[in-house]
Amino acid sequence: MLPLAALAPWLVGSVSLPVAAINWHSIMFLLFATVACLAAVAVVAADNVVRMALYLVVSLAATAGLFFLAGAEFVGAMQLMIYVGGTLVLLVFGVMLTAQAPFVSIKSSGGDRVLAGIVGASLFAALLLAALSVPAWRQPASMQVTGPSATPLGMALVGVRVDEPPADAPAGSSQSSYLLAFEIVSVHLLVVLVGAAYLARAKRRKVPRPIEVAASVEPPESVAEHAAIGRGGRASSVLTGGSA
Amino acid sequence: MVEYLTNTFGLSGTLAWTIAAVVSAVLVLNVIAGGALFFIWAERKVAARIQDRLGPTRTGGRFGWLQSLADGIKLLAKEDLMPDGADGLLFRIAPYVSFCASFCAFIALPFAFEVVGLRLNVAVFFVVAVLGLEVFGVIIAGYASASKWSLFGAMREAAQVVSYEVPLGMCVVVPVMLAGSMDMVTIGEKQAGWFWNWYLFHDPFTFVVFWVYVTCAVASVNRAPFDLAEAESELVAGFHTEYSGLRWSFFFMAEYGSMVLVSAMAAVLFLGGWNGPIPVASLLGLSEGTGDTAPYLVRLLGLANLLGKATLGVLIMMWIRWTLPRLRIDQVMTTCLKYCTPIAAVMFAGAMLWQIVLPGGLLPSVGRPGGEIREGWLEGPGGRAPAAPADASVAQVRP
Repeated sequence: MLPLAALAPWLVGSVSLPVAAINWHSIMFLLFATVACLAAVAVVAADNVVRMALYLVVSLAATAGLFFLAGAEFVGAMQLMIYVGGTLVLLVFGVMLTAQAPFVSIKSSGGDRVLAGIVGASLFAALLLAALSVPAWRQPASMQVTGPSATPLGMALVGVRVDEPPADAPAGSSQSSYLLAFEIVSVHLLVVLVGAAYLARAKRRKVPRPIEVAASVEPPESVAEHAAIGRGGRASSVLTGGSA
Repeated sequence: MVEYLTNTFGLSGTLAWTIAAVVSAVLVLNVIAGGALFFIWAERKVAARIQDRLGPTRTGGRFGWLQSLADGIKLLAKEDLMPDGADGLLFRIAPYVSFCASFCAFIALPFAFEVVGLRLNVAVFFVVAVLGLEVFGVIIAGYASASKWSLFGAMREAAQVVSYEVPLGMCVVVPVMLAGSMDMVTIGEKQAGWFWNWYLFHDPFTFVVFWVYVTCAVASVNRAPFDLAEAESELVAGFHTEYSGLRWSFFFMAEYGSMVLVSAMAAVLFLGGWNGPIPVASLLGLSEGTGDTAPYLVRLLGLANLLGKATLGVLIMMWIRWTLPRLRIDQVMTTCLKYCTPIAAVMFAGAMLWQIVLPGGLLPSVGRPGGEIREGWLEGPGGRAPAAPADASVAQVRP
C-alpha cells in the first residue's frame, strides 16, 4: 500500500478538484427522476402495447432507484417485486394479444387526445399545486421516533410534521399536508380504471339474440370478458406450442 | 473502503465514494464476465466427460482452456443480424435488460464477510426481486424477434419463471426466519463454525427445503431439465433463435451469471456462506488476530470458500443438465405446483415449529451465536465483532 500512498498527492491534485465538487446524490436523483418522468410520458405516447409495458417497467424501476437513493431499501425492493414484477404479467398479456395482427398498435383519435390532454393537465396542475404547497423538510428538531420508521411520513400525510418545532406550528393552524396530493393521485387512478373498464367492456348487441331472450339471463360480465380475450389471443396454444 | 481511501490517500468524501463505487461495480462485472468465460469452458468439458468424449483440447494448450476466449472472438466477428419484421428498439434492448438484471442482483450478494458491493438490510428480498426481472429480457426478445419459435420460447419461460418464483420465495424465507434477518451478511455469519451449524443441517425441514430450493433455482435460471424456453429439438433455439454475435452472448452471460448467483445464494442461505466446513480461520486464531494481514486472510479464505461452493453448485447444475432429459411443459408445471410449492409450504411450517420447540437446534450449539440476537448484532458488543472494525486499513468493499 505504501507505493500507492506515495501517489496520493498526485491523485488528489489531478482528479479530486473537478469530481469532488459534484453532488452525486443530487445528480443520481435527477437522473432517476428524469428517467422515470420521460418513461412515463413515453408510456402515453407509444402506440405499441409491448413498448408501453417496457416503458412502464423503466419508469417503475427508476422509481425503485429513487427509493434506494433515499435509503428506503425495503420499499425499493417492494417496488421492484410488486410493481415491476407485476408489470411482467402485463407484458406477457400484451405479447399474447399483440401476437395477433389487430391489436398491434393502439391509435386514439385527435379529439380523444385533446380531451385526455386537458383532463390530464388539469389534474397534474392540481397535483403540482398540492405537492408544492407542502413546506420543505427541515432537520428534525428532536428525534421522536427511534430507528428508521415510516411514522414521520405517515404523520406528515395528515399534516402533522415531526420536524416542525412546536412554537412554529400554532394549534389550530391549517397545515398543508400530503393528503390532498394523495387524493388527487387516487382520482387519477379512478379515471384510469373507468377508462380501462370502458375499453374492456363486452360489446353487446342492441338487439338481443334469440338464445339470450330464451334464457332471459344475461351472462356475467366476467365471462363475456374472458370470451373476448379467448377470441383475441391464443393464450393457451402459445404456452403449449400448439399449431400456429 | 471509503474510510480506507479517505484516511490513506486523504481524498475527499465524494471522491472516495465515487472510487469505491466504481471499484465495486468493476469487480462485480468481472465476476460475471470471468465466471461466464470459465463456466462455458467448464460446461464443454463436463458435457464431454459425461458423454465420454474429450471436449476442447487444443485451444490454449492443455485442456483447451482458451476455448471460451476463442468463442468470444468468433462471436465478436459475427454479423449482427436482425429479422426484417423485428421491432428494432426492443430487439436491440432485450439482451441488455437480461444482463442488467443479472448484474444488479450481484450487487447485493456478499462474497465474504462484509465483502459485498452494497450491503442492504433486505438483501435476500432484493436478490429474489431482481432475479425475477431477467425474464423481461427474454420475453421482449421473444416478442421482438417476429419469429414464432422465439415467441413460444419466451411464453414458456414467462410461465415457468413466474410460477417458480412462488416456491423459490418460500424456500428463501426459511433461512431468513432462522437468522431473523434479511441481511445476507448476517445470515452467513450466523452459520459460522463447524459445518453442522449450516442451515442445511439445522433441522430435517431445512434439509428438505434446500433440495426444493435447488429444484426451483435450476428452473428459475432456465437450465435443463427445465430449459423449455430454448428447447432446441422443438423450437430451434427458443427465444434467442434470431440472435447472433455479441447480443446472443449477452444472453449467455446473463444465464451463466444467474447460475453463479443462485448457487452463491444457496451457499449463503444454506451452506454456511463464506464459512468453510471446518473453521480453519478461528482454529488458527486468525479471527482474533489484530495484525494487519489477519482480516485480509480471513476474507480471502471466505472468498475462496464461497466461490468454491458456488462453483460446486454450478457444476452440479451441469451434471443435472447432461444427465436428465427435458421435461414437458405440463411436467414442469406439475413439478412446481403439485410438488415444490406444497413441500416448501409444509417444510416452512415445520421449520417454524422446530424453532418454537427446539430453538437451539438439535445439536448442542458449538460456537453458534445465540438465537436472540437480531439485526445489527454484528456491530453490537455481544456478537462476534468484525475482525477489525475500527482498523481503518481494512479494505471493506462495502462502500
